[in-house]
Amino acid sequence: MTAVTAETGTNTHGSQTADDKDTAVYAAAFDAAVAADERIEPRDWMPDAYRASLVRQIAQHAHSEIIGMQPESNWITRAPSLRRKAILMAKVQDEAGHGLYLYSAAETLGVSRDELLDKLHSGRQKYSSIFNYPTLTWADVGAIGWLVDGAAITNQVPLCRCSYGPYARAMVRVCKEESFHQRQGYELLLALSQGTGEQHAMAQDAVDRWWWPSLMMFGPPDDESSHSVQSMAWKIKRHSNDELRQRFVDICVPQAEALGLTLPDPDLRWNEERGHHDFGTIDWTEFWDVLKGNGPCNEQRLTQRRRAHEEGAWVRDAAAAYATKHSNGEATA
Amino acid sequence: MPLGDDALVLSHRLGEWAGHAPVLEEEVALANIALDLLGQARVLLSLVGDEDELAYLREERAFRNLQLVEQPNGDFAHTIARQLYFSTYQKLLYGQLAAGDSELAGLAAKAVKEVAYHQDHAEQWTLRLGDGTDESHQRMQQACEALWRFTGEMFQPLDGVDIDWRETEATWLASVTAVLQRATLTVPEGPRSGAWAAGAGRQGLHTEPFGRMLAEMQHLHRSHPGATW
Repeated sequence: MTAVTAETGTNTHGSQTADDKDTAVYAAAFDAAVAADERIEPRDWMPDAYRASLVRQIAQHAHSEIIGMQPESNWITRAPSLRRKAILMAKVQDEAGHGLYLYSAAETLGVSRDELLDKLHSGRQKYSSIFNYPTLTWADVGAIGWLVDGAAITNQVPLCRCSYGPYARAMVRVCKEESFHQRQGYELLLALSQGTGEQHAMAQDAVDRWWWPSLMMFGPPDDESSHSVQSMAWKIKRHSNDELRQRFVDICVPQAEALGLTLPDPDLRWNEERGHHDFGTIDWTEFWDVLKGNGPCNEQRLTQRRRAHEEGAWVRDAAAAYATKHSNGEATA
Repeated sequence: MPLGDDALVLSHRLGEWAGHAPVLEEEVALANIALDLLGQARVLLSLVGDEDELAYLREERAFRNLQLVEQPNGDFAHTIARQLYFSTYQKLLYGQLAAGDSELAGLAAKAVKEVAYHQDHAEQWTLRLGDGTDESHQRMQQACEALWRFTGEMFQPLDGVDIDWRETEATWLASVTAVLQRATLTVPEGPRSGAWAAGAGRQGLHTEPFGRMLAEMQHLHRSHPGATW
């Protein structure tokens, strides 16, 4: 590990220093490792911008897991059967666990969980825009499992081969559990779709409301995605937003048919020539609006998160005070 | 059924914490405990009838859970005090049931491992809150006292549970006293049963917040009679 940065490597005259030469050697080794599909590990040298980009992405990912607990836990106390209640509780618990893995992965890059949570609470770091939509019926829990987790998996499976080792390994574990949740969400929707008329209508309504926001989870179109090109060069990302979105649509169409539900897009049809489904235009105004904080639940989500953190401060203080009192003996021994 | 109702109701209360816990590790721990309890409830209720019918279609007066477990979460200290009192009780109860030969022995053998973990979790937090900061000490003391009046009810004899209840109560009191003292807390001195006769919850007499809890829990299920989920 080295503290060499572009700034410290150049002296006031702009001529090359020993550090600068070192940096060039390290950078070449880094580029070669990425080119050879080797994993970058926490102690390896990496460009500052690579580190910053990963911190941003992993933190946002962790924040999404934590905020993502809210729309689903909204239904824990109202789940209509004990079996479904157990499944939902287990899922929300897994999400907290995913948040923990991801904060740990981010911490290998030299930031702390507290620092990142602070940025989330103050709005300086984002979370996935999808969680700013409300869960209005029980069927939303199924739609989130099928569509939102489905989109997340489509995004995350390629991240299992991401160039940064700790992130890639966290993704392997997260994806296994997410696939399980997705199947459960699908099965929940299937039960509703095949249930009473009211249940079927509830399922269709949920899919109608979650379909477009799920497509937005892949991010802006390729020509408007500011981080994409660099992330792909560094092999943090493996596929473009539009590629992944297309893959997701192609996966969902037959699944919707099997569910006996329709997708709310009159322009959706198979294109023989492309070998893909064509689909309608996403409402990008809504996307940017939600991203800027003006979605239906942005304020509510952040307020709840901040409140949990603030109201829990005395508990964390107590744990720290207790640890200090009771570790003195060991520390001096 | 009373034991199943205890587990069902406390699991529900712990489920209300999801997304509100003071630290991420507690999101995981509280959900974990809630899930264990829900698992116990499902086994216990299934011994009596259909688990969903029993959970979703009975009214307040037909529930046999302790008043202790239906108490609202309050702050984290109240939740931990409730956990300490109840998990210590469950640990003693299931420990004895597991050693016996009643139809509950099998369930108890599995549950006893879970409740030992729950008891440890509650004990560890009681120590941290009691012996943490001035504020946490005060909050924990207050929580222990507020819930004390619901603890006597736990030792009303139950049909089908053939144990020495008085001895169990004495062991519970000794165990809880030891934890509170280690946590630098004062053991509450008030009565251990409220204005209602001891055993009220077991007779279907509950506190007011319970009806509201059931309204939320049962609403969706009741709105779609006969539907499967």
